[in-house]
Amino acid sequence: MTVEPAATSEVHRQHDREQEVLDRIERIRRRPARVREERITLAHGAGGKATHTLIEAVFLEAFRNPALEPLDDGAVLDLLGGRLAVTTDAFVVSPLFFPGGCIGDLAVNGTVNDLAMTGARPVALSASFVLEEGFPVEELQRVAAAMAASAQAAGVQIVTGDTKVVQRGKGDGCYITTSGVGVVDRPVRLSASAAQPGDVVLVSGPIGDHGVTVMLARGDLDLDADISSDTAPLHELAGRLLDAVPETRLLRDATRGGVATILNEVATASAVAVVVDEAAVPVQPVVTGACELLGIDPLYVACEGRLVAVVPGSDVDAGLAALQSLPVGAGAAVIGRIADDPAGLVLLKTGFGGSRIVDMLVGDPLPRIC
Amino acid sequence: MRYVDEFRDADTAQAVAAQIAALCEPDRHYTFMEVCGGHTHTIYKHGLEDYLPEAVTLVHGPGCPVCVIPMGRVDDAIAIAEQPDVILTSFGDMLRVPGGRGSFLDAKAAGADIRMVYSPLDALKIARNNPDKRVVFMAIGFETTAPSTAMTVLRAAAEGIDNFSIFCNHVTIIPAIKAILDSPDLRLDGFLGPGHVSTVIGCRPYEFIARDHGKPLVTAGFEPLDILASVLMLMRQIAEGRADVENQYARVVPWHGNRRALEVIGEVMELRPYFEWRGLGFISQSALQVREAYASYDAERIFELPGVRVADPKACQCGEVLKGVLKPWECKVFGTACTPETPIGTCMVSSEGACAAYYNFGRFNRSHVREITLTEVGRS
Amino acid sequence: MCLGIPGEVVEMPAEGDLARVDVAGVRRLVNIGLLEGQPLTTGDWVLIHVGFALSKIDEEEARAAMDFLEGIGQAYDDEIKALMESNIG
Repeated sequence: MTVEPAATSEVHRQHDREQEVLDRIERIRRRPARVREERITLAHGAGGKATHTLIEAVFLEAFRNPALEPLDDGAVLDLLGGRLAVTTDAFVVSPLFFPGGCIGDLAVNGTVNDLAMTGARPVALSASFVLEEGFPVEELQRVAAAMAASAQAAGVQIVTGDTKVVQRGKGDGCYITTSGVGVVDRPVRLSASAAQPGDVVLVSGPIGDHGVTVMLARGDLDLDADISSDTAPLHELAGRLLDAVPETRLLRDATRGGVATILNEVATASAVAVVVDEAAVPVQPVVTGACELLGIDPLYVACEGRLVAVVPGSDVDAGLAALQSLPVGAGAAVIGRIADDPAGLVLLKTGFGGSRIVDMLVGDPLPRIC
Repeated sequence: MRYVDEFRDADTAQAVAAQIAALCEPDRHYTFMEVCGGHTHTIYKHGLEDYLPEAVTLVHGPGCPVCVIPMGRVDDAIAIAEQPDVILTSFGDMLRVPGGRGSFLDAKAAGADIRMVYSPLDALKIARNNPDKRVVFMAIGFETTAPSTAMTVLRAAAEGIDNFSIFCNHVTIIPAIKAILDSPDLRLDGFLGPGHVSTVIGCRPYEFIARDHGKPLVTAGFEPLDILASVLMLMRQIAEGRADVENQYARVVPWHGNRRALEVIGEVMELRPYFEWRGLGFISQSALQVREAYASYDAERIFELPGVRVADPKACQCGEVLKGVLKPWECKVFGTACTPETPIGTCMVSSEGACAAYYNFGRFNRSHVREITLTEVGRS
Repeated sequence: MCLGIPGEVVEMPAEGDLARVDVAGVRRLVNIGLLEGQPLTTGDWVLIHVGFALSKIDEEEARAAMDFLEGIGQAYDDEIKALMESNIG
């Protein structure tokens, strides 16, 4: 039905010139990271390009060691005749309390989840607090109660901690840092560099709930909707998936930077193409509506209780069933697959049937989300 | 979502695309300019180019209001933000636009109080809640946004809020289109008219394009099917030897525009004798300023501005991209020195800029990828 | 910047210019001052841009736009069908 007019040689030459430019850009993107700014900006905290550049150029540069290099959600150390997983995370969410939870829930679940993403059984957490002079004790008690409840639900204990107070105006209420340790009893080797062509990408439920909830809870926007944070512990879900699919390539929890960031990390680390079907990505209508109003793409919006998994193509049914076997994974779906080409890119087949790429996030559409 | 989802249907897109292709005469190329940055964004975001035959090219025009702000005006805004007790409010897109001394985001990191808002009403709310501060709203946009800014000034006046002002950088679309038509570099076969600007100004202002320049113009909506339907309407006009103004977006755009919106613009603002557009130079009667009667809401009268004209960096080719003469990837610094993280020019910063759209969404070998994305994802 | 999105009016103001509008389940207050002089009521749809309603969506025109598109779609389907039928036998 399509009448294709004969392509002229001029059009071919255009394509070739365009391809040269694209190749040159790819070479430049692979160059070592360098921080060009003189001062930290909010973009450095967004989980996108600026964050990655900062981590590579400042922290990895300074601390470099084999355990740190993969820059996965947690580090796995060979220790005491076994494998120990270690992770840490800071929580600066504003506001502290929002529908579905509070900073305390994020602080426990976030670290439990980072451990779970390494294949570990989470065991214990530390919690350090930086409190602002004037912060109400009653709120601190609510935060602590939430942490206790979340820790119990996750089967971990908070075994050590620290508290500092800074003068009024020098810290926004309450910041929490949790570190966690877990034991990796399974022989899994999960890594962003392990994806192979033919693999399939799964997500454990609808994306973007947490980020949108917090944005609306800030109250600046005069938007209101029935939406709550998806904060939840994922260690059981991860366990079920790894039981069903021991060959799982990697697990990541989709926090700042959203699903798009994880897919880009995989595409780069494994030197593969990630091909996503936009129509298959689960998003609640209210999240879609809020994102349309704000001009944000849900693929970049933070979740706090969703994981992304890459599994071998032959195991997709077992993997999906494992995720759907628990309430927290009820909305799990296949969203994409791994191809060998074009390496390093995340391609999206849009709901409209066209194609585009999904790059790493630039800038910071939603500051202080988690 | 109603009035959105039905205009994103892939099957209908196939049908419209087939019709477009059927109207292509052999050995003829068709070049249409989509004037509005919102169209550029939609085209790339939905991968619309996959549906167009090789013979049809969409060229991006200067309808990106962030893209046309000269560096000197960014510096002026930062100078305002650096004054004591000032809160500068701005749409998100402006935050990373590089001026001569850095962007709003850099100024914020260095201590200026600069806040992102989604509406000029948010800025007014900040003014209401901070009576000891002077709140300035960086007002940008074409005729789409000017009425909202004007209404906000009227509201401030009605409520007696005296710590609120606007730094007015509103520009008008017709002079930009005229600059394109008068440019010798470009051969265009027609235009996709800016849908939301037309909501305010209507379709009549475009009649000179058809009448005096013999080019058809179809005012287009922003969903992917709107754009495809509009391209089809242009192709039909050409096939029928016509050059008319047509309205594809009639569900939103009234032919005569929004009288009230035009009234409030006229009440609060007036045309400047001339204004500098980044990449396009000085254009007369192309931008708005606050009228004398509302002087107390005019940041240009309240604050001392450096008012220095900053030349664009030599490497920057935004002007040619904005005129549609160069495609983004044809710019010498595209993707190398100029990227979304390290932008040299505005086309790479704004979500509606052609370079940002191409870099973030379209930077791949399209024919190669079409095979990949057409294969079913998931269980094979 | 041209970001405009359709929303349904769910609550008209008793006084003043702020109506409550719903976009896919998200509700926001939108200033309807630019539609002064036009009849507006709950159930109507408007185009929202930076917190203001710029235009009332005309249902008939929306229907006409869809009919135009569906017409093309139908003609396409008919042609495909005819093509397939002509290949049989």
